[in-house]
Amino acid sequence: MGLRLSITLLALAALTTAVQAQDKTSDKTSDIIARGEYLARAGDCTACHTASEGRLFAGGRPMPTPFGTIYTSNITPDSETGIGKWSADDFYRTMHNGRFPDGGLIYPAMPFASYTKVTRADSDAIFAYLRSIQPVNQKNKPHELRFPYDNRQLILGWRTLFFSEGEFKPDASKSAEWNRGAYLVEGLGHCGMCHSPINALGGTSQSDAFKGGLIPMQNWYAPSLTSNREAGLGDWSIKDITDLLQTGVSTRGVVYGPMAEVVHNSLQYLNNEDTRAMAVYLKGIAEASAPPPPSSALPTTESSLLISLGKTVYDKNCASCHGTQGEGRPPHWPPLANNQSIEMQSAVNPIRMVLNGGYPPGTKGNPMPYGMPPFAGLLSDNEVAAVVSYIRTAWGNRGTPVSAREANELRSAPLN
Amino acid sequence: MFARTVASLAAIATFVAIDGAAAQTANQPPDTMAARVEACTPCHGNKGEGTSDVYFPRLAGKPAGYLYNQLLAFRSGRRKYPPMNYLLEFLPDPYLEAMAEYFASEHPPLPQPAPSEVSKDVLAQGELLATSGDANRNIPACVSCHGPELTGMQPGIPGLLGLRAAYVSAQLGAWRYGTRTAKSPDCMQLVAGHLTEADVTAVAAWLATRPAPTNPVPVPKGTYALPFGCGSQPN
Ligand code: HEC
Ligand code: HEC
Ligand code: HEC
Ligand code: HEC
Ligand code: HEC
Repeated sequence: MGLRLSITLLALAALTTAVQAQDKTSDKTSDIIARGEYLARAGDCTACHTASEGRLFAGGRPMPTPFGTIYTSNITPDSETGIGKWSADDFYRTMHNGRFPDGGLIYPAMPFASYTKVTRADSDAIFAYLRSIQPVNQKNKPHELRFPYDNRQLILGWRTLFFSEGEFKPDASKSAEWNRGAYLVEGLGHCGMCHSPINALGGTSQSDAFKGGLIPMQNWYAPSLTSNREAGLGDWSIKDITDLLQTGVSTRGVVYGPMAEVVHNSLQYLNNEDTRAMAVYLKGIAEASAPPPPSSALPTTESSLLISLGKTVYDKNCASCHGTQGEGRPPHWPPLANNQSIEMQSAVNPIRMVLNGGYPPGTKGNPMPYGMPPFAGLLSDNEVAAVVSYIRTAWGNRGTPVSAREANELRSAPLN
Repeated sequence: MFARTVASLAAIATFVAIDGAAAQTANQPPDTMAARVEACTPCHGNKGEGTSDVYFPRLAGKPAGYLYNQLLAFRSGRRKYPPMNYLLEFLPDPYLEAMAEYFASEHPPLPQPAPSEVSKDVLAQGELLATSGDANRNIPACVSCHGPELTGMQPGIPGLLGLRAAYVSAQLGAWRYGTRTAKSPDCMQLVAGHLTEADVTAVAAWLATRPAPTNPVPVPKGTYALPFGCGSQPN
């Protein structure tokens, strides 16, 4: 009797450990899936791989490029039309080396040039997450690229010039926090894809990383993240940077256009530690020395006329929100005085802001953002140029005047 | 003595706190929906009453469910007007709902009906379509869905008064050409599909001549039955 009891107890104990062990593994898988979901957010896969009103990650979103339209792929685990038959090795090869499982070359519109820095463990977690989502049976749309760009062999040339394969290498002279930030910004965040100048070949050279550039087809200027005259964050506080990245607004400035998308779909989901790490890194890469002030292309008499008209337009249409001294009511109505993003050499963004208005993205930290009306229908080209010239030069701002022609050209910029 | 110092210090601290909070709010935009929709009002009017631009619709007093459906459709690009598609792109559902509710609850007076530029015959044809339809051509009366007073029904059917003829004909045209669609089954597409160019001109012109009803508020859900189902009007 005593013996049997102890045997049953033993058996029970064995069972419990078995159950516990099983719990642990399934616990671990769900941990990995959750981490993969988080990392997929950090990589903003959804921005490209989910179409408007389409199913999550089923692809089919058109990406206009100077060479024609590329359609993104179905990355759900559907075995016929998605990546259901892929192994973790196949997936790592795509992320790390920009190749399909059969070795075929992937267009760099998929940011593998940044994702190559992602670790194998993180790639596996993203893959585990993608395997766990709802499969969608939806065939990939063929790309509509013009000759000769429809020939994938051309990608080889691009790769030779602009692609260097390799996981992120931490810089031992920097803090763990800085390195974590660098890993996220240079890797999954693929910030350089917009924030680096793109040359005629559609590539970015390593030495120009984060130096800013006009995004082709979209006509938005993604400012330099290294120059304090643009969006370099050298003299921002860490709190202002983390506010901007997490909520879309800060006391120094707000996000809009393509950057609103990045905050909306990706950055608002990052935890406080990762956001802070990115902020520390971004503050760190800003250049210390100020480059020479830009010079204006407009004759001085013309610009002083513009600027005096600009003040009239501003006081009537803008001062109620941005304040007579450009002080704004931060963070919701951003300040325009001492706001780098309107003083940059390129005036594309402030001109477009005035023409199109905007709302910062609705985020967990700022669910009901305040907005700015579009002025395209209310102001003439000359008035737009005048008010932008005014805000770029008033209150100690160090920008230059802009011409009515520049304003006119941006009226036809695409809004999506 | 000691206790008093502590008490007065505490009092000072309270003042500081109040002062700080006041300075904070004084420096912030008003915490209201009115301030949050200032981006909309140059086109739609301060209370959503519309503006002098004939293509910019009145929003005020339309059923909140209808307005919300439109905001969702603009955000996803299903209904197209690029300046609005752009403004709404990254705004979350609950916020769009709050905007819809804000404009639905405003009741500025309806505008004076505009003098019409079309002939009496055309207006009579418009009135006939709106109030009786044309059974031979499968056109139901507009009032059968939009209500006997054309004030709409909660939650999804808009009133048709206070809109300019140019706007109404542009919308009917958009349905006929498929550039505006509503939730399926899209009953308005069926209706518009049966209208000719001349019908559109007539009904749009007649609607614009209607005076304001005594009670412009949309009638409650289920007040009358629709001739056929509409995706925007769950039953
Ligand atoms: C900037 C847009 C963009 C982003 C962001 C992006 N992708 Fe892609 N991705 C593409 C495009 C475009 C293709 C198709 C490329 C081609 O056909 O050569 C693609 C292809 C792929 C493929 C190959 C699938 C197949 O069968 O064609 C995989 C896997 C993939 N992406 C995964 C991801 C993951 C995971 C992320 C996020 C970490 C991501 N992508 C983020 C644009 C993007
Ligand atoms: C799709 C293109 C795109 C991507 C990807 C992108 N950005 Fe931007 N970013 C922009 C554009 C365009 C602007 C200018 C508009 C603005 O200031 O919001 C901008 C502005 C900024 C600013 C300046 C904001 C201000 O108020 O001065 C910062 C900082 C920034 N981005 C950081 C990042 C970081 C960090 C990443 C990667 C996680 C990133 N961006 C990814 C396009 C992009
Ligand atoms: C109703 C309030 C309001 C009015 C009026 C207004 N703005 Fe704005 N402005 C905003 C808000 C809110 C933002 C942030 C928008 C966004 O992030 O998309 C903004 C952003 C901007 C920016 C970008 C700031 C940055 O950080 O990069 C510029 C430039 C600007 N406004 C200029 C103007 C000018 C010039 C006028 C008048 C012609 C004007 N605004 C009128 C509320 C307003
Ligand atoms: C540049 C002018 C403009 C601005 C700014 C604007 N709208 Fe509109 N809105 C329009 C026009 C024009 C239409 C009709 C579009 C069409 O032809 O379908 C419209 C349609 C609508 C409709 C559908 C009305 C109906 O009866 O079907 C709603 C709702 C709406 N707007 C809400 C808003 C809100 C909320 C905002 C601010 C976030 C806003 N609009 C900003 C011009 C504007
Ligand atoms: C079967 C029901 C039904 C009938 C009949 C009907 N409508 Fe509608 N109508 C609707 C619904 C539902 C909507 C809202 C659609 C949406 O959610 O976008 C609508 C919307 C409209 C709008 C858009 C209003 C705006 O503010 O943009 C116009 C204009 C309109 N209808 C005109 C007409 C006219 C004219 C007739 C008669 C010829 C008519 N409708 C008959 C159900 C109907």
